[in-house]
Amino acid sequence: MTALLQVTGLTKQFPLKGGRVARAVDGVDLTLDAGEALGLVGESGCGKSTVARLVLRLIPPSGGSIRFAGQEISALGDTALRPLRRGMQIIFQNPHAALNPRRTVFQSVAEPLVVQRVASGAALRSRVGALLTEVGLPETFLWRYPHELSGGQKQRVCIARALALAPKLVVLDEPTSALDVSVQAQILEFLRELRMRQQLAYLFISHNLAVVRQVCDRVGVMYLSRIVEEGPVEAIFAAPRHPYTRALLAAILPPRPGVLPAETLAGDVPNAAAIPAGCRFAPRCPRRMPICTIDDPGLKRVAGGSPHSVACWGSFSD
Amino acid sequence: MSSAAATASFTQRHASALRQARFFAWSFARSPSALLGFAIVLVFLFLAAIGPSIVPYPGDATGAMNLANRLKPPSSAHWFGTDEMGGDLFSRVIIATRTSLWVGLTIVGIATIVGVPLGIAAGYFGGWVRAVIMRITDVFLSVPGIILALAIVSVLGPGILNGVVALSVVWWPGYVRLVEAKALALRHEPFVEAARSVGATHTRILALHILPNCTSPIIVKASMDMGLAILAAASLGFIGMGAKPPAPEWGAMISVARTYMPNWWWYAVFPGCAIYLTVLGFNLFGDGLRDVLDPKSSRG
Repeated sequence: MTALLQVTGLTKQFPLKGGRVARAVDGVDLTLDAGEALGLVGESGCGKSTVARLVLRLIPPSGGSIRFAGQEISALGDTALRPLRRGMQIIFQNPHAALNPRRTVFQSVAEPLVVQRVASGAALRSRVGALLTEVGLPETFLWRYPHELSGGQKQRVCIARALALAPKLVVLDEPTSALDVSVQAQILEFLRELRMRQQLAYLFISHNLAVVRQVCDRVGVMYLSRIVEEGPVEAIFAAPRHPYTRALLAAILPPRPGVLPAETLAGDVPNAAAIPAGCRFAPRCPRRMPICTIDDPGLKRVAGGSPHSVACWGSFSD
Repeated sequence: MSSAAATASFTQRHASALRQARFFAWSFARSPSALLGFAIVLVFLFLAAIGPSIVPYPGDATGAMNLANRLKPPSSAHWFGTDEMGGDLFSRVIIATRTSLWVGLTIVGIATIVGVPLGIAAGYFGGWVRAVIMRITDVFLSVPGIILALAIVSVLGPGILNGVVALSVVWWPGYVRLVEAKALALRHEPFVEAARSVGATHTRILALHILPNCTSPIIVKASMDMGLAILAAASLGFIGMGAKPPAPEWGAMISVARTYMPNWWWYAVFPGCAIYLTVLGFNLFGDGLRDVLDPKSSRG
């Protein structure tokens, strides 16, 4: 069985002034099966949103391959991509900016159906009405403008728009981080339930491991343009291997002495235009060894049966 | 369920838009200066529409001569006095509003039709498209508009039509700059990316997502530019490069009248007041529109 989404060696470089390049994404591998939810976590600027936009081909990659439903899409043009776009949709971080303020809810939700020529006239009306019902909004919202809706309602409209074409893959780019905490929980619960109901595959981008744990089956931890640890959510939460993952977990979970090492990170993420040689995490790593600044540890499968990989010299020698 | 969507009445479907329109009207009406501007613009439009049929001496606009009556001061028969041909200045000033209206509308209209698509294309596509459009725009913007217009008129020859052509040629770059900045900001908005992610064409995105979100500043600029374009056309008329006397045009009238200053002051003062009021009216109106449509740019 081929994976729904297979990303290999994906890179994206943005040219900077003075001939330097920012390596926003630097050799990312991802596999996502149909109906599976993969979380991608990391701090701001680590390239996770760029991965999302590359996977959807909103921007062209600099290198690597993206196979969606068995088809290579990394080099396709707009016209060739159009039919494939039905299968993949995105939900953005900020629902306030993701809806055109000059278009009604009906116009926004109907847009995918109109663009893809799926429905028109009365069929379009009833389809859009059904989509609103699906996301738990009354049909009276059809003729409203985004400014009349709350953040949570807007995000539901965005979800309805993303569901319009019955996609197989939904990319969620921090779908709750712009919402009030009380609304976040509702939307997360709704997203989880929606995935079960419609057998959707999620690529869930977040900086919040707790949110990812609630929604996803697997999680990839990104640091400075690359995945440094990847595996089943429970395996990673139970036994994080990479010092960066440990620090992330230590930062979000209530400290319980003896369960997690109290590792806090010093310093900032290096610039993506100046990625350090060797292990990219070495300059901030509390357990740095001589080899770390010399040689780059690739992502390697952890010993044992679970599909858990990590890129850390320290964890290989354990 | 779905029939509720299909059978919603016009007022239900457009309730939000109607509510918004009412809000715009309400906030516009809270500003006395905006209302004054609106009133002046309305009077101007009214006079332009029906002026020739209500003035006492409509023939005086087309060069009728009545030399016994020349240069009479304002009186009950001639409210604004008469000019050197004995023409009734009141009639001529009123009839000139129609000239000014079409001059203003044509200049601003051409500038919008040329400038807005170029600005949107430059901002949205970026790259070399933007580089080419903006460099050409910069060349036009770096030469003072009225000087360039003068140069163009002197090539084409004086006359009101050539004046309008020349002013249109120099007027569009302002719209390119305005719209380019706005489109540049909009092109990375998530709602534009959302449209791209469902496969919308560039044409669709430009027409439905970029342009409708640029309209407020365009409307504001266009309403202010109406006054400025009328002023510029009158300036061309004044220096003899636009409308030619005895055509009823304010700038051309003042141009002749200045030789009769100060003894026959009414000849220059009334057309001058007409220009002043018109420009003031469109400016106040545009300011009021800006406060309503584009509050961020005026109140921080």
